[in-house]
Amino acid sequence: MFEIGLTHYLVVATLLFVMGIFVMITKRNAIGILIGVEMVLNGANINLVAFNRYNGMGNIDGQIVSLFVIVLAAAEAALAVAICMNFYKNLNTVDVDHGDTLAG
Amino acid sequence: MTLRLKKILLLMTPLAIAMFIAAAPVHAADTDLSLSDQGIQTSADGGLLEALMFYACAGVILASGLAICLSKNIVRMAVYLFGTLAAVALMYFLLLANFIGVIQLIVYAGGTLILLIFGVMLTSKSPWAKFEVKRSELIAAGVVCALFAGMLLFVVVNAEWPLETDAVVVGSSMTQFGTGLLTNYLVPFEAISVLLLVVMIGAAYMARQE
Repeated sequence: MFEIGLTHYLVVATLLFVMGIFVMITKRNAIGILIGVEMVLNGANINLVAFNRYNGMGNIDGQIVSLFVIVLAAAEAALAVAICMNFYKNLNTVDVDHGDTLAG
Repeated sequence: MTLRLKKILLLMTPLAIAMFIAAAPVHAADTDLSLSDQGIQTSADGGLLEALMFYACAGVILASGLAICLSKNIVRMAVYLFGTLAAVALMYFLLLANFIGVIQLIVYAGGTLILLIFGVMLTSKSPWAKFEVKRSELIAAGVVCALFAGMLLFVVVNAEWPLETDAVVVGSSMTQFGTGLLTNYLVPFEAISVLLLVVMIGAAYMARQE
């Protein structure tokens, strides 16, 4: 119980990942979906850092990769917010269900 | 339901901060006594404190994550997301990834979250706008996610990691980061620099006024 190991971190990361997927599925606000994506990325990042901590090899490859993930998440958020603003300008809402103009 | 979660969150956050402050000197003392001349130290003996810190962080992460799931208000979701991101940063400190923890606080909590809140403010007539989801959709999504979580947890809990060790290799130093980024990870590093430039131009182009 009081010995914290790799599995503890993996369980937290898994739950965060699944909650992010739930948010992505159930929210209709485009920004809400973006929040879900951020949660998924954080869950994956916990995995990377935890495996890096407990592999005992003395490298920090996992941490470097998680650094890349953080940078990509920031870039993705900036672009997604720009897309949301365009969406709002064209359709006057950020409800993703209204973005079906291209549907046949 | 959400109100109760909010109370839990409010109670947990100062607790986590207090635990983190309390844990800091113990870790420092452990490092002094460690076999740092070999670059290897045994696991911190303050296992109880580490466990308490871990459970506090995990509690904040899961409580605020659940609050995001149940909240219908986009501004509240962004605020709960701050709880999740800050607790994840604390968890990185627990995992001895100091640099990643700092970067998480600066880039995620300081940058991405502000961007999200600006996005909320720029795209809704009223920041309290609500988007209703059908109850059947909520139930279906909940069932699918519960099954998926069950599957993943089953795999994670039962998996054996042959390399898992509790030995702490003193590391995560800036030297290692700098060397890694300029040797083994040079190509991804350069690619991500170009990507950031492209994203900056692209976002400015897409968000411009006609």
